[in-house]
Amino acid sequence: MNMPSNTVPESAGVGAPSYKVATRPFYWSVWRELWENRSIYIAPLIVAGVELFGFLVSTVGLPERRRDVLLLGPAKARAAIEVPYDIVAVMLILTSFVIGLFYCLDALHGERRERSILFWKSLPVSDRTTVISKTGIPLLVIPLVTFAIIVATQLVMMLWTSVVLVAHGMSPSSTWINVPLLQQFVVLLYGLAAIALWHAPIYGWALLISGWVRRATFLWAVLPVIAIAVFERITFNTSHFAALLKDRLVGFAPNAFAFGPHRGVTIDSLVQLTPGRYLSAPGLWLGLIFAAVCIAAAIRLRRYRGPL
Amino acid sequence: MACIEARSLRKTFGTTVALDGIDLHVEEGRILGIIGPNGAGKTTALNAILGLTSYEGELKVLGRDPWKARDELMRDVSFIADVAVLPRWIRVSQLLDYVAGVHPRFDRTKAEGFLAKTTIKRTKRVRELSKGMVTQLHLALVMAIDARLLVLDEPTLGLDILFRKQFYDSLLNDYFDRSRTIVVTTHQVEEVQDVLTDLMFIDRGRIVLECSMEEFESRYVEIMVNPEQLAAARALNPMHERPVFGRSVLLFDRVDRDQLASLGDVRRPSIADLFVAVMSSPSSRSRGTPAPQADQIGAAK
Repeated sequence: MNMPSNTVPESAGVGAPSYKVATRPFYWSVWRELWENRSIYIAPLIVAGVELFGFLVSTVGLPERRRDVLLLGPAKARAAIEVPYDIVAVMLILTSFVIGLFYCLDALHGERRERSILFWKSLPVSDRTTVISKTGIPLLVIPLVTFAIIVATQLVMMLWTSVVLVAHGMSPSSTWINVPLLQQFVVLLYGLAAIALWHAPIYGWALLISGWVRRATFLWAVLPVIAIAVFERITFNTSHFAALLKDRLVGFAPNAFAFGPHRGVTIDSLVQLTPGRYLSAPGLWLGLIFAAVCIAAAIRLRRYRGPL
Repeated sequence: MACIEARSLRKTFGTTVALDGIDLHVEEGRILGIIGPNGAGKTTALNAILGLTSYEGELKVLGRDPWKARDELMRDVSFIADVAVLPRWIRVSQLLDYVAGVHPRFDRTKAEGFLAKTTIKRTKRVRELSKGMVTQLHLALVMAIDARLLVLDEPTLGLDILFRKQFYDSLLNDYFDRSRTIVVTTHQVEEVQDVLTDLMFIDRGRIVLECSMEEFESRYVEIMVNPEQLAAARALNPMHERPVFGRSVLLFDRVDRDQLASLGDVRRPSIADLFVAVMSSPSSRSRGTPAPQADQIGAAK
C-alpha cells in the first residue's frame, strides 16, 4: 500500500514557518479504516475458524472414506475431495460481501453519528481522499484479506488431511493431485477481482446512502430498490428491474467464467477463465460508471455534512 | 495580513437567519473571544471560518476561501469543537500515528511531551478516557501543530474547574505567541477575561459589540452606588443597573471616572456584566435602531 505521498508547498505567509514534511493522507486514511473496522479481518477469521473446526471433525474416519471415494473413478473422486475446499472459499467470499456492504453503509454515517467528522475535518485531508480511501476498503482491502484467509485456511486443511492420511499409512497424494491449490489460488484471485469490480456499484450506492441519510442506512439503501422492483411488477407485470438486480449480484459468474456443461459451477482449468468476455461485458462498465457517479456524489456531499 | 477577513457574511437555514451580514477583521496575533447567547450564530460563524459550512458574502481566512479549500486551509488552522469529537474507538497511539501521517506541521515529539505531563496511557482508547483527559489529549495534539490560527468552540464545556484553568494556562504558556491567532467562543466568560485581546458580542446573527480589551478597560466602568447618590448616578445614563447586596451597581460607558468615583465604589466590570448589560438593552433586543444604549434602563428600573 505505497500510495503517492504529497509534499507541502512552501507557505506563502511572511514569517510563517514552512515545513516540507512528506505526508501520506491516503495511506493513513486506509489504516484509519482498519483500526476502526476490525470486523474487516475478525469476521472472516471467525468464519474460517468455524469452517476449520467443522473440517477437523469431518476428518474423523477420513482414511476409510478416502478409500471408498477413490473407487468411484477419477472425476467423481476429484469432485468429492475438492468439495470442502470450494465450500470454504465460497463461504468466505459471501462473508466478504456482507462485510463490505455493511462497512459501506456505516462508512460515512458513523463519523457523523459520533461527531468525529468535526475532528477529521479539522485535519488537512480532503473529502476526496477520505471517500476514496473508504471506497478502497471493499474494492481492494477486503478482497486481499479474503484471499489471504482463504489461502491460509485451505493450506491448513490440506496439511491436516495429509497428516491424517500419513498417520493411517496412506499416501496423501490423492489430496494433492485432486486439489490443485496453486491453480485454485490464481482462479481465486481472478474471481475476487471480478466480483469486487462487478459489485462496485453496490458499494458505491451504499457509501452514498451512508453519507446522505440521517438514520437507518440499510433501509434507505435497500427499500427503494425493492420498491422499484415491486412497482414494476404490479404496474407492468414485468420484472426487468428485478432481473437487473439479480444480474448485479451474481452476473459476474457467467461473464468471468466459462462453466463446463457437466460440472456445474466448478472451475478446474485456467482455460475456464474468460477475462476477455468479462472486460467486454457492458454490465461491468455500466456498473463502474454508476459506482463512479455515486462516489463523486458522496465526495461532494461530505463537504456539506456535519454531525447528526 | 489579516488572519480573518469577512464582509457581509451571511448564512440562513431555511427561514432562520444564523448570520445576518457580519463584517469581521481579525489581525494576526490576536486572541478574540466571541461571546453570545445560545443560537446567536457563534458556531455558524466559526463553521464558516473553518470551511464546514457554506455562506454568502466574502470570507478569507489566511488568504484562502475556506469553503473551497478546507483541506489546504487545515494545514494552517487547528480546531477544537464544542464537545469531545475525537473518535471514541481510536487508541491514543493510533491518533498520534494518524495525525503525524497526515499533518505536515505536526510535531510528534512535542505532542508526546505534552502527553507525558498527563496520566493518559498510549494504549488506551479514547472511550476509556475521562472527559478531562480527552480534552487534554486533543489539546496536546493541537498544541503540537504549528498552526497560524486556532479556533476553539466551547473548548472547556463540561470540564471541572481544574481542567478549565489548566487548559487556558497551557494555551497561553506553551502555545500562544504573537504570530498566532486564537478565536474562542465560550459561555465561561470569566475564565477568558484575562486571556483575550479582543472581545466581540454577537446576538441573532449580528455583532452587537466589538472592542479590544484595552478599549474595554478604558470605556466601561462599574460603580457600586452609595444609596443617597443613586438618583445622581442614574442621571448619568448608566447602561445597566443591577442590585448587589441591597445596593445598586451601575455600569457606564465612556463616563468620566473621577465624576463616578464621587458617587460610590468604582469597580472594573467583568465581561459577564457587560454582556448582560448589552444583551438586556433595548437597542440590542429590538434590532436595527442605533438608539443610545442606556436611556430607558434606569427609568425602567
